[in-house]
Amino acid sequence: MSGSMEFLLWTKGPMFNIAIAIFAIGLLVRIAEIFVLGRKKNFAEARAGEWGPGFRTMLTRTVADPGTFQRAPFNVVVGWVWHIGFLIALLLFLPHIALIESLTGLSWPALPNPVISLVTSVTLVALIATLVHRMTHPVKKRISTVEDYVVWAVVFAVVLTGWLAYYRLVNPYPLVLGMHILSAEIMLILLPFTKLTHIFTTFIARWYNGAAFGRKGVQS
Amino acid sequence: MAARNPTDKTLGESLRERGVSRRGFLKFCAATASMMALPPSMAPAIAAALEKAKRPSVIWLSFQECTGCTESLTRSHAPTLEDLILDVISLDYHHTLQAAAGDAAEHAREQAMAANPGEYLVIVDGSIPGPDSNPGYSTVAGHSNYAMLMETVENAAAVIAVGTCATFGGLPGANPNPTGAMSVMDLVKDKPVINVSGCPPIPMVITGVIAHYLTFGRLPELDAYNRPMAFFGQSIHDRCYRRPFYDKGLFAKTFDDEGARLGWCLYELGCKGPTTYNACATMRWNDGTSWPVEAGHPCLGCSEPRFWDAGGFYNTVSVPTSASGVDVLAAGAAGAVVGGAVAALAKKQTKTAVAHRQPVTVEELEAKL
Repeated sequence: MSGSMEFLLWTKGPMFNIAIAIFAIGLLVRIAEIFVLGRKKNFAEARAGEWGPGFRTMLTRTVADPGTFQRAPFNVVVGWVWHIGFLIALLLFLPHIALIESLTGLSWPALPNPVISLVTSVTLVALIATLVHRMTHPVKKRISTVEDYVVWAVVFAVVLTGWLAYYRLVNPYPLVLGMHILSAEIMLILLPFTKLTHIFTTFIARWYNGAAFGRKGVQS
Repeated sequence: MAARNPTDKTLGESLRERGVSRRGFLKFCAATASMMALPPSMAPAIAAALEKAKRPSVIWLSFQECTGCTESLTRSHAPTLEDLILDVISLDYHHTLQAAAGDAAEHAREQAMAANPGEYLVIVDGSIPGPDSNPGYSTVAGHSNYAMLMETVENAAAVIAVGTCATFGGLPGANPNPTGAMSVMDLVKDKPVINVSGCPPIPMVITGVIAHYLTFGRLPELDAYNRPMAFFGQSIHDRCYRRPFYDKGLFAKTFDDEGARLGWCLYELGCKGPTTYNACATMRWNDGTSWPVEAGHPCLGCSEPRFWDAGGFYNTVSVPTSASGVDVLAAGAAGAVVGGAVAALAKKQTKTAVAHRQPVTVEELEAKL
């Protein structure tokens, strides 16, 4: 790698292949493991169906209940802001859609670039706020592990480099674009082996919860 | 009286002999100043410098190339090639443009080298099969390209690599690079190398760099790839007249849709403008008539290293160069098999453990204490 363009091509070529392979293999190992291990067989007679309550809980748990909001309003509001911002930037920015289309053939309309850049700026501020909160909140500070900080750093790096690349604030541009792609690849690699797996397991877990409640005939 | 060496004359003398007016000469200087992004006040300084400058001897070496760079050079309009060769430099050796052939041609090169040691400029277009390659891949007058380059460069003042083949290896250096093609800067380490990349480079960039060298007696400010900042300092994207459409999110999706007709951004059609540094957007081609993006075609990124290997010309910049959805599916399937197997094994172990469980009584445990 003698220059920025070689670096960019490395991140777009060999490194992307490595990252996406580790991501796909790692993630499917985790998910197949979860499904094959399954739950212990329940011999009790079911009082009601599992599927309906399962899917309902997938949705209802997405919105925090009033008690949670009163106890931790910061977590709920800032958590929502940066998650939504991250998803919008990830899924509705034209270059990202082009990348997804090249791999899956699926595409959808993009949001105008100024909207994405505004959303990304808000996301960056929200992410910084989560870090400050984590480091200052008396309880959060004590329950945070190294993994929490590593995951925060990786997510922040992806958003920050993307923002820098969009505004072309680093010269030469191939260098900052390569840094953005590389940080996204690091995130892909870490995803199956850290708490980032929740991107895929959250809704599975919620379904299990709801299904268990439904089976017992309690409110899900 | 013995004929004077053409390089003994100053530029001023040579111009007056050719009947070039003072006004015409100053116009040329002003054009050069503006092209090199210098303030207009530099024009008289350029004029004064060029007036006294001696025409340098220039040896142009063509190796693994397509002559496109020479074709481009002959279409330079400010200064024209004629201006350049007859007034500004003494082009002593160039396969395509020189009248001499065979031994006489090679003799001209040797003579220019012997007459101006340490002062002549070497311009190279085309890549060079490296020292470890079969020297027969490309030869001139029985010399391998590598041997000829090294011999010619030894007493040169500086080397100007013209075109993407000479600067980065270009097409001959593309995967799988059968001839082991290398760039000039890969091989020449002890002389200043200035890169004028592009496939081909903009003609005025070639002549502008030479004019700059003559004016200031040194090489211009260079970027990380040894390219003159005056021409390669800004990306195509940053100077593109279609940039407002990118910023608004208005893109042509095909070459003949409404967006294409309205002149919207070509990013989705594979434009490499965001990652490409060149002066096409500002200097344009064919006497400033137009340039590829204005003609409705995305930038190929021809002035960047490895542009042949940087994925399809019509793939968006953000698309990876080699991974496919099928590869990802295959990796995922392999992962699922491994995950399933691990889980099944764990289940089996649990089952076996349950089947062979030895109940322990309280008495047994107490006996162990």
